[in-house]
Amino acid sequence: MADIATTDDSAVVIIGSGAGGGTLANELCQKGIKVVLLEAGEHYTTHDFVNDEWEAFNQLSWLDMRTSSGSWRVSRDFPNLPAWICKTVGGTTVHWAGASLRLQPHELKARSTYGAIDGANLLDWPISVDDLAPYYDKAEAKMGVTRTNGIPGLPGNNNFKVMYTGARRVGYEHVHTGRMAINSQPRDGRPACMQLGFCFQGCKSGAKWSTLYTEIPKAAATGRLDLRSQAQALRVEHDDNGKATGVVYVDADGNQQRQKARAVCVAGNSIETPRLLLMSESNRFPDGLANGSGEVGRNYMRHMTGSVYGVFQDPVNAYRGTTMAGIIEDEIRHDDSRGFAGGYEMETIFLGVPFMAAFLDPGAWGDTFAADMEAYDRMAGMWLVGEDMPQASNRVTLNSAHTDANGMPVPNVHYDDHPNDIAMRNHAYKAGAAVYEAAGAVRTIETPPYPSTHNLGTCRQSAKPQDGVCNGFGQSHEVANLFISDGSQFTTSAGENPTLTIVTLAIRQADYIAEQMKQQAI
Amino acid sequence: MTSHEEPIGRRRFLRFTGAAAAAAAGSRVLLAPTGALGVELSGALTAHEADTLQAMLRRLYPHASLGDRYYLNAVAVLDEQANDSAETRSLLKDGVAELDNVLTLPFVQLSDGYRLKALRAIEDSPFFAKVRSTAVTAIYDQKLVWRQLGYEGASYPHGGYIERGFNDLAWLPEPPADASPPPYS
Repeated sequence: MADIATTDDSAVVIIGSGAGGGTLANELCQKGIKVVLLEAGEHYTTHDFVNDEWEAFNQLSWLDMRTSSGSWRVSRDFPNLPAWICKTVGGTTVHWAGASLRLQPHELKARSTYGAIDGANLLDWPISVDDLAPYYDKAEAKMGVTRTNGIPGLPGNNNFKVMYTGARRVGYEHVHTGRMAINSQPRDGRPACMQLGFCFQGCKSGAKWSTLYTEIPKAAATGRLDLRSQAQALRVEHDDNGKATGVVYVDADGNQQRQKARAVCVAGNSIETPRLLLMSESNRFPDGLANGSGEVGRNYMRHMTGSVYGVFQDPVNAYRGTTMAGIIEDEIRHDDSRGFAGGYEMETIFLGVPFMAAFLDPGAWGDTFAADMEAYDRMAGMWLVGEDMPQASNRVTLNSAHTDANGMPVPNVHYDDHPNDIAMRNHAYKAGAAVYEAAGAVRTIETPPYPSTHNLGTCRQSAKPQDGVCNGFGQSHEVANLFISDGSQFTTSAGENPTLTIVTLAIRQADYIAEQMKQQAI
Repeated sequence: MTSHEEPIGRRRFLRFTGAAAAAAAGSRVLLAPTGALGVELSGALTAHEADTLQAMLRRLYPHASLGDRYYLNAVAVLDEQANDSAETRSLLKDGVAELDNVLTLPFVQLSDGYRLKALRAIEDSPFFAKVRSTAVTAIYDQKLVWRQLGYEGASYPHGGYIERGFNDLAWLPEPPADASPPPYS
């Protein structure tokens, strides 16, 4: 591990160590570039992870005060927990389920493909799938995605068996155990999946890819990485020429530090990333850094989500094994005839008893709820995840009514479902119920969205500076050496789980940053 | 969760057998009806308040398969919070009084249907929200409750489920190998 002086302005400073920041750090270090990696959370190891939902939640989650508003039900049920993401080295790659799906070509051309949709702030990405394809190849190889690179699929668990049978009976054709960044066989110094059933709590075996024990130690081994955990960024500073000069942060001891930088890459997830830019306002950038367009914080997306659980007469024991153990891909296509634009995936999911009680129907009580919980071991479950519409009013803003431990305003997350989101969820609920009924379910349960795990947009890529915050490389339109390096760059959400694309964009961005540095452009 | 669902904090349960155990000075003992098991409370709540909360929890989350001990443990969490916070103590005491007042009879004396009616009447109150959100965590985060409901809890100490039934469902056909390959061996 390197020890980079705070006065050293030759290093790239990356804020956030998850899928975007952790990957970018390693890619840059491998190219000979020095990196200071600031992570707000603590540094744990797989040894520290616990197979206990509440304990792990309290250990890993981002629990700093947040507020929420809007008509989404999450704001009613969990007003201070709009998102279920992590504050720890490795970021939300510690918590993620591992589904690694490429975006479809038409999804990067959402505006052209779907046309104008009332209330939706649709835009084509400034890049195409052809730009991403070689980097998707690298990301899949890096992460060891099953069903790519000759890596076999994972074995299906009980939850998948139910999904598979029902899906085939209703006529779905693309049903399998997924493309997962979970080792189906030993690879890259990590073992094969033990079917623990605690993917969300930090994978204790390390079979699931996380930057915590792949990218970050590989970056450290180059001698060019200076990882600082429990370092909360407060603002990005700039000079008179409008170039980013460094980052002010609070270190693990509570002391304020100023780290100089050649370039600054923000990868704090789609709530903290816009928050940091907004907190970095100055005379030159009165509405926040890189926010001349007014687009920072806007077009917050969180995917159309929901879950369906099927209750059966016989035991399923769906909690055993990989949480996201299988997928139905038939509904991910764009097909207007279903009454909505875009598509969705159907993926198995299951929770332990503590979280099932908290999330099955938040706020519910009484005979029906208790009967559902009594059926716990006879249930199968699936998560529905699809494209949601970008809306200018779905937005992360600073809420000055509340401040954090450092006296900074907390973020407010506002979200209203677009009619397209509701139409898609309605279709997905019915489709999910049909799958379980075909497999013999005695009843099905519709579960509302959990706090957001897929936080996207808020600093989106755009061809024109007035439409977004950054270009197709994540480089901000206004500040040449300021980069957006996480899911905040997504122009539209597409329907797939986003991590593979975040990693892909980070690998591509690393090439671009290295080239720009070589050319002395930044 | 952060504000609505409160994880169990410093839980201290004292279990003992029947009346043989003496309660510490200043505290009181709540006995399960069987007399076989109890939970020591702090004294922040009266016996009546604790009994009422226990009855309320059973009506909120009615599991015939669960013995009183699991509900008592959740009452103990509320009691501990009442002992730590004057605000919570008032909320619970006033709430129980309100609950006793809905149908002009003490809640613990109400029939099952009337208990439901009384709870529906106060469903939007901060008291109800506090008790419900605390209880949904406190009841369902007990390891023995997990076992009652068929959940096995931590699996890593046992090698996961790779050799312990992750795919043992036998009442449906097996998916083909291209959809679900065999485990690594």
